This record gives sequence, C-alpha cells and structure tokens, in this order.
Amino acid sequence: MGYQLDFGALVQYLGLFFEGTAVTLGLTALASLIGTGLGIAGAAASRSRHIWVRRSMAFYVELIRNTPFIVQMFFIFFGLPSVGLRLSALQAAALAMIINLTAYEIEIIRAGLEAVPPGQNEAARSMGLHSLAVFGLIVLPQALANVYPALVGQITITMLESAVVSQIAVVDLTHVADLIQSRNFRSFETYLVITLAYLVLAVLLRRLLALAGRGLFAGRAP
Amino acid sequence: MTDFTLWDIARNLLLAGRWTLLLSAIAFAGGGFFGLVLLLIRIGTGKWLRRAVSLYVELFQSTPLLMQLFMVYFGLPRLGIDVSAWLAAAVCLTLYSSAFLTDIWRGAVEAIPRGQWDGSASLGLHYLAQLRLVILPQATRMAIPPTVGFLVQLVKSTALASIVGFHELTRTAQILTVALIYFAICYPLTELSRRLERQLMTSAR
Repeated sequence: MGYQLDFGALVQYLGLFFEGTAVTLGLTALASLIGTGLGIAGAAASRSRHIWVRRSMAFYVELIRNTPFIVQMFFIFFGLPSVGLRLSALQAAALAMIINLTAYEIEIIRAGLEAVPPGQNEAARSMGLHSLAVFGLIVLPQALANVYPALVGQITITMLESAVVSQIAVVDLTHVADLIQSRNFRSFETYLVITLAYLVLAVLLRRLLALAGRGLFAGRAP
Repeated sequence: MTDFTLWDIARNLLLAGRWTLLLSAIAFAGGGFFGLVLLLIRIGTGKWLRRAVSLYVELFQSTPLLMQLFMVYFGLPRLGIDVSAWLAAAVCLTLYSSAFLTDIWRGAVEAIPRGQWDGSASLGLHYLAQLRLVILPQATRMAIPPTVGFLVQLVKSTALASIVGFHELTRTAQILTVALIYFAICYPLTELSRRLERQLMTSAR
C-alpha cells in the first residue's frame, strides 16, 4: 500500500511552469539591474563628505539587512495601502526585491570602493580628470571587479528569496508549484521538481554571471 | 465589542517573539551540531564522503528555504510521514543552518596555513589531537564573526515558518512593529559580528 510516485502527473503543466520561471527570472533581472545601479549610487553616497548623507545610507542599509524580506514585502503590500499607496502584487514584489537587494549591494560595493588604493584616485586626478570621470572610469571599475563574486552571490540569493513573493499571489515559480499541487494532489513530486528547478536556475545563473564577469573585468579581476 | 489597545498588540507581538527566539535557538544548536559533524567529514580523507557533504551544502544553498519547508510540510505527508508545523520548521531550519555553518567553518579551517598541520603532525599528534589542539582553536577565532553574521540570517529566516502556519512573529500582523522587533533582535547581532571582526583584524596584525 505504499505511495506511488508519479511524475507524469506534472507534464501537462509545462506551460504554467515556464510562465512561473519567466516571472521569477524577470523579477530577478529587474531587481539586479536597478539594484546594482542604485547600489553604486548608494555606495558612492555612503562615502560622501556630508555626515547626514552617510548616516542616512547607513540607516537604510542596517534597517533592510536586519529585517526579514517577507516582512518588508508584507509592509509594502499590506501596510502601504493604509497610507494611500496601493500597489499591485507584482509591483509590490518588484519594489520589495529592489529595496532589499539595493541595501546589500550598497554594502558590498562600498567595501569594493574602500579596497581600491587611494593612489588610483590621486593619480587619475593628477592626469586632470574630472572627479566624476575619476569615479566612473578609474575607481568604480576596479571596485566592481574586486567584489564581483559577492555581487553574483547576492543576486543568486535574491533569486532564491524571491520564492516568498508567491505569498502575495505573484505567479512565480513557487506559486506555480502551489497551483499544480492543488490540482493534482501530488505535492511531494511537485515541490521536489520545482525545488530542483530552482537548483538548476541558481547554478545556471551563477555560471552565466561568472562568464559575464570574465568578459566585463578581463585582466582586471584580482 | 472590545477594542485592542496598543498594549494588547505590543504584548502579543512580544510574546510571539519568544517563538522566533526559540526556533532560532533550536535551529542554531541543531545546525551547529550537525554542521560540526559534517565539517569533520568535509575536511576528512574520504573522497566520496567529502563530495557528498559538498553536494549537501550546495543543495541547501541553491534552493529556496521556502521550497525546503514546503517539501517537508506539504510533501512528506503524501509519503505517509506526518509532520506538525513546529517540527517541519525546526527540522528545515536545522538542516538549512547545518549546511551554511559547515561551509562557513570549512572556510575557516582551510584558511589555516598548511604548516600548522605539518608542524603539529611533526610533534607526533594524531589527527583528532591536531584538530582539537591546533587547528580548531585557531579556526574558531576566525569563524566566530561570520557565524554570528549567519545567526542574523537565521533569525530572519524563521519568518518563513509563518507561511506553514507556525505562529511566530510575522503571523501576528502589525507589520511595522514586527519589523522593529526583528530589527531589535538582529541589529545587536550584526554589530557584535562587526565588532568581533574588527577585533580579529587588529589582533591578527
């Protein structure tokens, strides 16, 4: 009377599976692009001359890094409407992921900036470069090369953590798993397959980003 | 109709905070124990055993904790193994933290210079004595800051247990207060980790 595993019961949901994968990857890509942009700006700001700029950056980073992602997302989705800001589930999920990833990226990129020897800055200035050019052309590329592996790790974590957005009814890979198992009652097989799908996505994402990094930081990586 | 006063809400949230702390403590203690066992295998001599531990670590680090939780809570009953929300959360978080702690501690052990192994071997110490008297004391110092850092991650991860119906902090609504309570637990740990790291840096010089 043992339970018979039946993975065949999953095949008919292939379309749904790909839709969920697209949402998970789409959200991750969006959060990574915007999060990295904001992370660079935030890291630069956290080295500002003005103490209040530095303090507010530190406050933001500590606040986000010391509270759970799911609580941040619930606050945006369930809490903000009470002050009149109503977002769709997808918008709330995207916003929460961006806000979360940005905080971690600020901290990572700031460490990268601090690891660039000050001589680089001074030499570039003595060549007559404008301070924005010094940052953008000389310091930042080296800083990013320094911390690229950590950024890849953080982006992968964000992808895995995005499973939580299923809880506000965003139809991502995890939500698809919930839908499928509620229809075919094969929860073990369904969750096993979807878990392995995440594993494959995480490994592929890391490989892809590592490859991209080799192209981006050719000859510069430590 | 009775209204909930602010104090009612705050009190209930603080009471729910107990479960967050308890679940974190169980997962950390259990994960620490299994993590240590796995570490000994991981740095041991058996090639296939080492690979198996690597695979275990990779499996837990590259899949969402939420999925692991669903597998145990919703999946296992299908195979005839019934688990309560409590047990599912405790088991999942324990396995999850054992994988991360093994990896953190392996990094610390591997950062010990080869000469320390050779030197202690030349003093006639056998493997376990080498570990106990020479390698682990040095590695522990290095491992403490990232371990405390991981503890922050673990405390935050317990929030996911609310999804499978385990009523700890996140479940009791009032999300802003909830965020503050998590912050009050996690921030001191983050600061501690940072301070320990600074101490380590200065004493290493």
